[in-house]
Amino acid sequence: MATLTFKDFKSDQEVRWCPGCGDHAVLAALQRALPKVSQALDYAKERYVVVSGIGCSSRLPYYMDTYGFHSIHGRATAISTGIKVANPWLTVWQACGDGDALAIGGNHFIHAIRRNIDINIILFNNQIYGLTKGQYSPTSKLGAITKTSPYGTVEHPFNPGSLVLGAKGTFFARSLDVELKLNEEIMTAAALHDGCAVMEMLTNCVIFNDGAHRSLSDPELKADNTIVLRQGERMIFGKNREKGLIYDGKKIRVVRIGEGGFTEDDILIHDAHTDNIGIHMALADMKGPDYPVALGVIRDVKDITYDDGVRDQMKAVASKSSIQCVDDLLNSGSTWEVL
Amino acid sequence: MKHKVIDVKDVVIRFAGDSGDGMQLTGSLFADMSAIYGNGLSTFPDYPAEIRAPHGTVSGVSGFQVHIGNSDVNTPGDFCDLLVAMNPAALKANAKWCKRTAMILVDQDAFDEAGMRKAGFKTDNPFNELGVEDRALVVAPISTLTRESLKDSGMDNKAVSKCKNMFTLGVACYLYNRPLEYIYQYLEKKFSKKHPEMIEPNKKVLNDGYNYAANIQAIANTYTVEPSHNLKKGRYRNITGNQATAWGLLAASEKSGLPLFCGSYPITPATAILEELAIHKNLGAKTLQAEDEIAGICTAIGAAFAGNLAVTTTSGPGLSLKSEAMGLAVMAELPLVVVDVQRGGPSTGLPTKTEQSDLNQALYGRNGECPMAVIAAHSPAHCFDAAFQAAKIAVEHMTPVILLSEGFLGNGSEPWLIPAMKDYPEIKPPFVRGLLEDGARFKPFERDPETLVRRWAVPGQKGFEHRVGGLEKNHAGVLSTDPQNHEQMVSERARKVELISRDIPQLEILHGPAQGKLLVIGWGGTYGHILSAVHEVGEGVSYAHFDYINPLPANTEKVFSSFEKVLVCELNSGQFADYLRARFPKVNFIKCNKIQGQPFLVGELVDAINKEK
Repeated sequence: MATLTFKDFKSDQEVRWCPGCGDHAVLAALQRALPKVSQALDYAKERYVVVSGIGCSSRLPYYMDTYGFHSIHGRATAISTGIKVANPWLTVWQACGDGDALAIGGNHFIHAIRRNIDINIILFNNQIYGLTKGQYSPTSKLGAITKTSPYGTVEHPFNPGSLVLGAKGTFFARSLDVELKLNEEIMTAAALHDGCAVMEMLTNCVIFNDGAHRSLSDPELKADNTIVLRQGERMIFGKNREKGLIYDGKKIRVVRIGEGGFTEDDILIHDAHTDNIGIHMALADMKGPDYPVALGVIRDVKDITYDDGVRDQMKAVASKSSIQCVDDLLNSGSTWEVL
Repeated sequence: MKHKVIDVKDVVIRFAGDSGDGMQLTGSLFADMSAIYGNGLSTFPDYPAEIRAPHGTVSGVSGFQVHIGNSDVNTPGDFCDLLVAMNPAALKANAKWCKRTAMILVDQDAFDEAGMRKAGFKTDNPFNELGVEDRALVVAPISTLTRESLKDSGMDNKAVSKCKNMFTLGVACYLYNRPLEYIYQYLEKKFSKKHPEMIEPNKKVLNDGYNYAANIQAIANTYTVEPSHNLKKGRYRNITGNQATAWGLLAASEKSGLPLFCGSYPITPATAILEELAIHKNLGAKTLQAEDEIAGICTAIGAAFAGNLAVTTTSGPGLSLKSEAMGLAVMAELPLVVVDVQRGGPSTGLPTKTEQSDLNQALYGRNGECPMAVIAAHSPAHCFDAAFQAAKIAVEHMTPVILLSEGFLGNGSEPWLIPAMKDYPEIKPPFVRGLLEDGARFKPFERDPETLVRRWAVPGQKGFEHRVGGLEKNHAGVLSTDPQNHEQMVSERARKVELISRDIPQLEILHGPAQGKLLVIGWGGTYGHILSAVHEVGEGVSYAHFDYINPLPANTEKVFSSFEKVLVCELNSGQFADYLRARFPKVNFIKCNKIQGQPFLVGELVDAINKEK
């Protein structure tokens, strides 16, 4: 098979996101990740289907030169589920926003995770409704001032990670739009994962919520405010890699290496593959100012997928059944002859 | 008094009791037995929305009506010849359905003070109170006799009580000279694996009921209903509408070579279709019980995009929830069958009762200019052909199709001459073929000039990568807000649906001359009742029935124009009549409506027809 490059995944459509929108970078990461995935898994281009709902980020399928479905608000996950169950040979990628996946489409989102259907969901989280021009979303911070909350919101936001892990998700990763290289890594890991893979991409909306993630993306701040988790590596962060995470028997704590008797050996080693969902939950929940925000693949565990379950059950039932065609079915059970 | 065996043309029996009394099973067994005997047959279960409503109350009464005949039977019958009422509430709820000559069999043991109070009787004579004291009353201590029958069985009271229905079935079998062998076989099959100890007790109670009936003086005569000679030769089975719908979809899957995918959410009275399809994984049917109605249709739309024969099944309120997604299927021009088993509405309405009030929703219930093909099944067995046709139209015309069924059809059953699949047409999906020329791009909304149908490129095919979605596009599949393009695409989508009329049968006159004073028409599940009514009226009236509602058969206007007036009979306030008026403003339509959650009575229709004749 000819080697695919990022150009193979670029459609001829003009990209119509605002200049400076974080979605551009996520699209670029996806177009760079898929050739690598294709090589690793020996996938041809026609195997990819990109699905979306409604919102700024949901325009993404038009910019990918793959099979694509730009559906309706909130329902991308249900459409993806149908595609994957109908033809498990296809590899399904989904783009959806925080409003799309967590407000109007919240039900489909948690149930796809519960079923562990083998789809890859990129959740663009800019904490705002962009396409409708600036209303708060289910991930907007408490007190956020937006067009529909002129005095600040009075509702708590979802942390998408808690939601995914609460639904016993098998894969959750988090990153920022600007982390191009990390995003490629995460997308590749998601593709290699059998099951529902959710990638939360913290994206910047330059028009309606500019700088929402600045503390995580600013080169001066990000070393102290984020921690990149990598499999088998110690959880160390900080400008001079002077800080780390330990578990004190009750909860995760930030310590300074070399202070208070803590050495590098005390620092936790990240294991995305452990069944222990509690530690992943704790990592996903971390936020400032007391904790760094965890980036990278937080959880990646094996479990039976819905699409495999469907396939195996069909095989098992078919091998036992005496009914092999519709004529058999119509004549099965209680029948009688009129002579 | 000498026992007489009287041969009758037809008989209607209504079994009624608490929803836990097993009356649905008793009725079904009597029906199956009669079908095998060769009678014409139609059944109708009438059950409450509550699974187990308060014991002994009128709201908890479950009924099952069986109509058997020595010729064609088109309806479950208006009024019954035998009412079996297992308690005072069942008598109260069903006395009004008794013929003047009816026999009423009640369980005397249930007519105690508490039972009478729960049913809301004011006096101690329920028959007088209901005005049925002149019927042939058989007041039998059924509970006591069942207990007596099983006193040596070692069974507990609860298990014994569950055998009461067999006693009543035994009485009915004696009364109508039915052999018991079929029921023996049924009991053996049902209990042989898990509860073999239940076979003999049930048989015993059945026999004791039979013998009891033979010995009491209240039953002087018994009746026979000879096998029908109108039945075509061949192999038959009983089938309910919901089962037939599921099987018709499986047949369409086989004939199209497309795997069947059904994404649905449980809802009364449509659930049995999903349940039935879930059994048939051996035939490649995939069923997905979705998290809600919207996910049901959206998973189906995803499956259609991926190349399956996609189906979603629902009932009225569920259809409302699916509206936006139906619009998406119209816009993406994907094949999809949406089955709506109608029930009484609006809102939750009458979940277990029948109605035809979703027609407007099926025709118009979406935002924008959003035409969908709409077809309707007219009898339980016809659901098979209707589902097959719905799938064929959806696939060959690349459009979503709504198949309207009704609670009356879905739950009702009739004998069905088993068809052979070789007699059904192939279904030909308009797949893209071959490869595109170098550098050429697939244009997903380019149309066949004759049918306006677009080509279907299923993901996985090299070179045909394209995007579909809810936003307006041009023929090339590129987003477009161009005013002219939008108007053109709206008109092409509408015309595509209109052109389906070339592939559907002409409207036929089923009774009476092709021209005259009065044409009676109906659609959907009113077929059997209207047919019986026009047969009863005889001359001076013609009848045509619509299986295809959008588009209408091509000769519809021609048929209408041959009559002075057209009586439109439907179980709503006139939705089909209004639809027709908008299309044929010169035709004199008269409405004949019923909105009671119940089918028409043949008698009501006869009166309505005679009034206009």
